[in-house]
Amino acid sequence: MLREKYERVPSGCAVSGILDRSGRRFSGNDIIQSIALMRERSNGLGGGFAAYGIYPEYRDHYAFHMFYDDEQAREISERFLNEHFNIAEAGPIPTKKVSWIINEPMIWRYFVLPKEEKLTSSGLLSDEFVAQCVINLNKRIDGAFVVSSGKNMGAFKGVGYPEDIGEFYQLYNYEGYMWTAHGRFPTNTPGWWGGAHPFTLLDLSVVHNGELSSYGTNRRYLNEFGYECTMQTDTEVAAYLLDLFTRRQGMPLEIACKIMAPPMWDEIERMPDDERTLYTALRTVYGKALMNGPFSIIAAFNSGMVALNDRIKLRPLVAAEKGNVLYVSSEESAIIEICPKPDKIWTPRGGEPVIGMLEEVKA
Amino acid sequence: MISYVLPEFLVMRDENRCIQCQVCVRQCANDVHYLDEKDGKVKADDAKCVNCQRCVTFCPTHALTIIPNPQEFKANANWTKKAITEVQKQAESGAVILTSMGNPQEYPIYWDKIVLNASQVTNPSIDPLREPMELKTYLGRKPDKLEFDEKGRLITKLTPQLVLNVPIMFSAMSFGSISLNACESLARAATELGIYYNTGEGGLHSSLYRYGKNTIAQVASGRFGVHANYLNAGAALEIKIGQGAKPGIGGHLPGEKVGAEVSATRMIPEGSDAISPAPHHDIYSIEDLRQLIYALKEATNYTKPVSVKIAAVHNVAAIASGIARAGADIIAIDGFRGGTGAAPLRIRDNVGIPIEMAIAAVDTRLKEEGIRHQVSVVAAGSIRNSADIIKAIALGADAVYIATSALIAIGCHMCQKCNTGKCNWGIATQDPQLVKRLNPNIGARRLVNLVTAWEHEIKEMLGGMGINSIESLRGNREMLRGVGLTQKELDILGIKAAGE
Ligand code: SF4
Ligand code: SF4
Repeated sequence: MLREKYERVPSGCAVSGILDRSGRRFSGNDIIQSIALMRERSNGLGGGFAAYGIYPEYRDHYAFHMFYDDEQAREISERFLNEHFNIAEAGPIPTKKVSWIINEPMIWRYFVLPKEEKLTSSGLLSDEFVAQCVINLNKRIDGAFVVSSGKNMGAFKGVGYPEDIGEFYQLYNYEGYMWTAHGRFPTNTPGWWGGAHPFTLLDLSVVHNGELSSYGTNRRYLNEFGYECTMQTDTEVAAYLLDLFTRRQGMPLEIACKIMAPPMWDEIERMPDDERTLYTALRTVYGKALMNGPFSIIAAFNSGMVALNDRIKLRPLVAAEKGNVLYVSSEESAIIEICPKPDKIWTPRGGEPVIGMLEEVKA
Repeated sequence: MISYVLPEFLVMRDENRCIQCQVCVRQCANDVHYLDEKDGKVKADDAKCVNCQRCVTFCPTHALTIIPNPQEFKANANWTKKAITEVQKQAESGAVILTSMGNPQEYPIYWDKIVLNASQVTNPSIDPLREPMELKTYLGRKPDKLEFDEKGRLITKLTPQLVLNVPIMFSAMSFGSISLNACESLARAATELGIYYNTGEGGLHSSLYRYGKNTIAQVASGRFGVHANYLNAGAALEIKIGQGAKPGIGGHLPGEKVGAEVSATRMIPEGSDAISPAPHHDIYSIEDLRQLIYALKEATNYTKPVSVKIAAVHNVAAIASGIARAGADIIAIDGFRGGTGAAPLRIRDNVGIPIEMAIAAVDTRLKEEGIRHQVSVVAAGSIRNSADIIKAIALGADAVYIATSALIAIGCHMCQKCNTGKCNWGIATQDPQLVKRLNPNIGARRLVNLVTAWEHEIKEMLGGMGINSIESLRGNREMLRGVGLTQKELDILGIKAAGE
């Protein structure tokens, strides 16, 4: 059987996310508790977390989280990293023995900045330079996998139930202003650590529940803009689309969401002129970026997060607010578990993004 | 010279059923049936029969059956009946064998070796009777990205697009090659369906200008009937470079078909042959094509998308890329099964490549060059049913052109004798007696029915795949699997084998 990286695997899942818009940092306990409640929605073959604001002492460095299959992969990768970056700190990510978690790879972390001369000779902005390096590492070095590479954030994932993964990484020892989590139910894979969610690209992380029937179309579309979907996962598609629209094309986040889950043509026809022109243009130009089929995703980036459902809401998604804190999750119960009395709780309509931004960014 | 060519068909008349009403005599423009004055019985000259089945359909007592002549030559796998007959014909005529409709030879039909996917468990199928299912399609040039101002308002203005309710259009068939009633059937149906029909290279009859909103006006190498009003009459323009049935050669409308109406529409003298040259004599290279595209855009004040139609030939992918770069908004590709009103048989049966391969290659090539999203691609050349359409779109087409199936809908029985101008069904003829057999209201009704039926089927298949909008099928080759294909064929089609 092909390793998951080379074969597309459908999966069902649970997702959860918490953001304190004020920027207050809190430990990983809440997110673990929330995702643990939805154990039914996972099958122990993948769990993971993205945490933002956890490395304030290195806030301007790119934090590389790496998986290595063996010592050799580590040596080659480190040679690559040394060549392209100044490494401020390196070391294994602390983990704790948990009986359910087996076959873990070597898990390392590096805080790095691109070497000035490399950056100059590449002619790229530093984000793009880092993104290229990540792609090269994943493609070229056998047995090495970049788990995350953003600033002041990190992904922690593996094969197991999410709460065990949280325990394994001791996420209660970290403090962040935003957390997302994923419990996975892949249908036919022995589980590969790299294949667990979140999927990341720089500071963008995506956790996703669903299966895209438009995968083939989306992938070919992204390919035209230089994205190669090597992981064969729908999550990768969602992440690249967001990256293309928001980072590379500089589009407002709401608009990007309306491309990925647009209103029906019927609805568009009933809109006032300006809106109708806008939505018609979006669907005409970006039709191949429509994500069809069931999904609920939570995408997070340093400045906030967005939760989005497919346009006919074939997967569950609930949102709630209490004070500065925004909660999104596959199930209401997973929110109530950690926030028994929210100020407001609602079920967003299909295709209606729930966007939460850090206050300092909003201002 | 006595002809050695045996009749292709035999007319079988059941004498017990025949009531000697002579309907067949009156219906047959080929003069097959006649009343034998001697015994007062209706008889047939089999040699003239083309098997168009007009008489079979209209005989009130179902007395008629047309069968292939069972007479065989001595068995020979190499010198088949067809091969021998063709030599005999040419020895008698000294001429190119003319024929019509699309390539009927036994080449593989890739549509029939491709199967579709459906959702089970992990991804729900969608029921088109209960959920919206969107087939709306925009054809035309698309920018790389839309620009917004700081308030998030759209700045970019889109260039003109064709809007289709269903990703199906009626392909180019000229007035001249087909009758005015056939043209009118297509025009009315396109209007009712919210799609487009293509004028072909014969200009636009004055009575058809009112269907302009649903018309694509074609400009071919003969420039017949091309003038300012014509260019501005339709919703889009199409430059015809080639046609799947006869890549590399021009067209020939015999003088007999050029009556008063055709003459006025094409702007040529009555009774003169209308010969379109093989190439456009102002297009000898891709730069020249660019000039014509922009000349047409200038002439229509940039209000209409311009399509360029080519036949699917060996390096179709590179040509399509050049066309996209030359500024075409739509590229129409016509496969080697595509029909025609008249073509030399050797050309029809031997030149060009299957549309399935061509579409897959073009889509991939344009994708690799990062320009696929900028242009629309239309597949033509024997789309026989809704499953062919689904497969064409999943291989990368934005929409399809249909012509042969449209003609079958209005009565064509595929006798492949359009070139004779004696179409008994009132389609490929200019004989007023024959033309009036085709009532444009009924023709339009049958076309609307056909497309509506296909629309239902497309929705059903899309829903089965868990897709509720046609754009999510475009180039979605994950939805296709090949059965009985070589690895090379699978690679070109860009699909996996069933079970993979
Ligand atoms: S139409 Fe039928 S019944 Fe009438 S003459 Fe011809 S074969 Fe006989
Ligand atoms: S259009 Fe008429 S002549 Fe041509 S194939 Fe059909 S039935 Fe025969």
